[in-house]
Amino acid sequence: MISFGPTEEQEIVREALREFAQKEIRPLARECDETGSIPDAVLDAAWSLGLTSTQIPESYGGAGEARSPITNVLALEELAFGDAALALAIVSPSSFAIPILDMGTEEQKKTYLPLFTGERFHAASLALVEPSPVFDALELRATAEPKGDGFLLSGRKCFVVLGDRASHFLVVVRASGRESFAGIDAFIVPRDAKGLEISEIEKNLGLRGLPTVSLSLDHVEVPASSRLGGEAGIDARRLLACSRAGLAAAMLGLSRAVMEYAIPYAKDRIAFGEAIARRQTIAFWLADMRIEIDSMRWLAWQAASSLERGNDATRTAHLARAYAADACMKIADDGLQVLGGHGFIREHPVELWYRAARTLGVLEGAVAV
Amino acid sequence: MIDFELTQNDRKILGNVRREALVARTYARYYDEHEHEFPPETLPEAKDFPDVWTLFAGRTAEDTGMGVISLLMAMGQTWGDYSVRMRRGKGGLGNAALRAAGTPEQQEKWKDGTLAMAITEPGCGSDSAAVQCTAVLDGDEWVINGEKIFVTTGCRADGVVVWATIDKSAGRAGIKSFLIEKGTPGFVVGHKEKKLGIRADDTAVYIFENCRIPRSNLLGGDESIPHAGSGGFRGVMKTFNMTRPGVAAIGLGMAEAALDFTREELEKAGVEIAYGPGIHGQSAAAQKFLHLEGQLEAAKLTTLHAAWLGDERKPNNDEASICKAKAGAAVREITQGCIELLGPIGITREHLLEKWFRDVRITDIYEGTGQIQRLILARSILGYSSKDLK
Repeated sequence: MISFGPTEEQEIVREALREFAQKEIRPLARECDETGSIPDAVLDAAWSLGLTSTQIPESYGGAGEARSPITNVLALEELAFGDAALALAIVSPSSFAIPILDMGTEEQKKTYLPLFTGERFHAASLALVEPSPVFDALELRATAEPKGDGFLLSGRKCFVVLGDRASHFLVVVRASGRESFAGIDAFIVPRDAKGLEISEIEKNLGLRGLPTVSLSLDHVEVPASSRLGGEAGIDARRLLACSRAGLAAAMLGLSRAVMEYAIPYAKDRIAFGEAIARRQTIAFWLADMRIEIDSMRWLAWQAASSLERGNDATRTAHLARAYAADACMKIADDGLQVLGGHGFIREHPVELWYRAARTLGVLEGAVAV
Repeated sequence: MIDFELTQNDRKILGNVRREALVARTYARYYDEHEHEFPPETLPEAKDFPDVWTLFAGRTAEDTGMGVISLLMAMGQTWGDYSVRMRRGKGGLGNAALRAAGTPEQQEKWKDGTLAMAITEPGCGSDSAAVQCTAVLDGDEWVINGEKIFVTTGCRADGVVVWATIDKSAGRAGIKSFLIEKGTPGFVVGHKEKKLGIRADDTAVYIFENCRIPRSNLLGGDESIPHAGSGGFRGVMKTFNMTRPGVAAIGLGMAEAALDFTREELEKAGVEIAYGPGIHGQSAAAQKFLHLEGQLEAAKLTTLHAAWLGDERKPNNDEASICKAKAGAAVREITQGCIELLGPIGITREHLLEKWFRDVRITDIYEGTGQIQRLILARSILGYSSKDLK
């Protein structure tokens, strides 16, 4: 049945996160961007909201609530409304835990899920993106070669969120001899694995507050048991769709931040004797922001809903992410233009959002819902 | 619960709509090229199909809401053909106005007829407050004078709801709606308009010359002129909140037809469209197609959202404008883009794509242009009146 109505519980989550984003996240955004770091306190505070742990079954130490990509998408919109860099940091443990929850073997679930049921934030990350101008999730260059009972992993990864402190990485690679989705495998690699080199914190255009690293894997030897899903491997379509739906939600939240900042600004800013919002040119940009934000939201919900039903979400998630990338960039761009010269000044957050929009739009794999 | 999956009952209804649409499509070209003929109310090949409304028996609260499923049906019908679809539908825009504003006596008297709605004049379109058509009370009769254009279903309608002013000095507050029956002396149905698209559609010109109607034919019966800003005019405009998502849906059905046809032709030509790879793994044609598909999907969802709010009895003023603006722009981009993708196949009249390109164009104009929708929406999100933002 077609319905746009979140459940009561989901409304409560939304409400709580909206407040958290407003009070705890937004005030930190500028400082995090300038210093390139995130205080542990905000990560712990967000952790106590239970974003990751609640959806882990009780048998692994979690709260045992239903695993819900829809709830996660709703959460990401609100968090990213506060700040996209902080949002990605806050949900980064999920990018590791959710694929294990969805596709891990019993042994993998028992070993790794309890890491995310404690009282403090625990960092672990998904490593998918590669430093190549022709990066394509279906054409990965990092590889896994069978060796004895295990595998040898080689290649490079970048934009690994909180890689400076992650205990484990879920490294996505191409298995030898297999193509497209069927050729994608993921391996759980501990931080101290031999042959794994972790870079200094990367210097990126946007999301500067979010510490990310590059990984170099030089014949990293891992046991067969570290292959996500064991011999069955993974459902790579689902892995990518979980990431794409999440990115769409993050770009949605960012876009809303821009709109909600640009509207009062345009009403306050006087030019030629009246508020600039009273000119159709400006007013229509703002109307278009609202139209596109609604569009992005329903597309993200549609993708999350197909994930929640266990359907193949490849199409809906692709459309949601691609649409959001275009719309978010346009909204940030127009938002900056509404502020004119002030949009260029770092006293206002709009230039930060402009950089973040361009950065998010080219990402894959930084989140999973 | 947020959900986008159709139930079995939904599918049954939409399956039947599709079956009929496939028949309608075989007539699409004929009526496009014979614009002064009307498609029959029932197509011979479809005469034994069940009336789709009978399939509504047995629907439950678990099925998709009436507003949403109705829009999906409208999309399914125009996917077949716009004009054949419009011919099947009983009732016109005037019936919506009657339901919204008519007195019980008026509802009873006019309920079985198809009523057109006549607002637009040669000198006023989007600025519907500027109507020049007049109504003057003379004894127990209103005397109507003026000209109306672009009257949808104007030829086959049994009557019409006409906007006319009873006091020009009162501005929009002086505008009232009047029910006028066909055949009333002084009511002349002029030529059928010749149009870019939806050619088989019935679009008439009405001329009123000292047309006398009973005093009781003033829709709603209220002859008083409200004070400026009392919201009387706004009340009339609210009819459009109901019809705008419908118009969005009509355009989207045709845009979806264009996109489906384009996908088939591209695939026949060996262009693969996949949802997995990034931009490097797709041809330029596939990327363009995926962009258009995203536009369709987004516009469709905003439209269903507006209807869903209606089903939930929640306000949907903003959302009615959002979907109308979004869909109006999307269907233009989609049909223009599909022709670009298919080149010669796109422009030949051997196929329907060129027709869809012409047909969708009106949906960003009637029932409020995309610009009017943005104006309404901008005022709402800025908290501005029509004086604050002109």
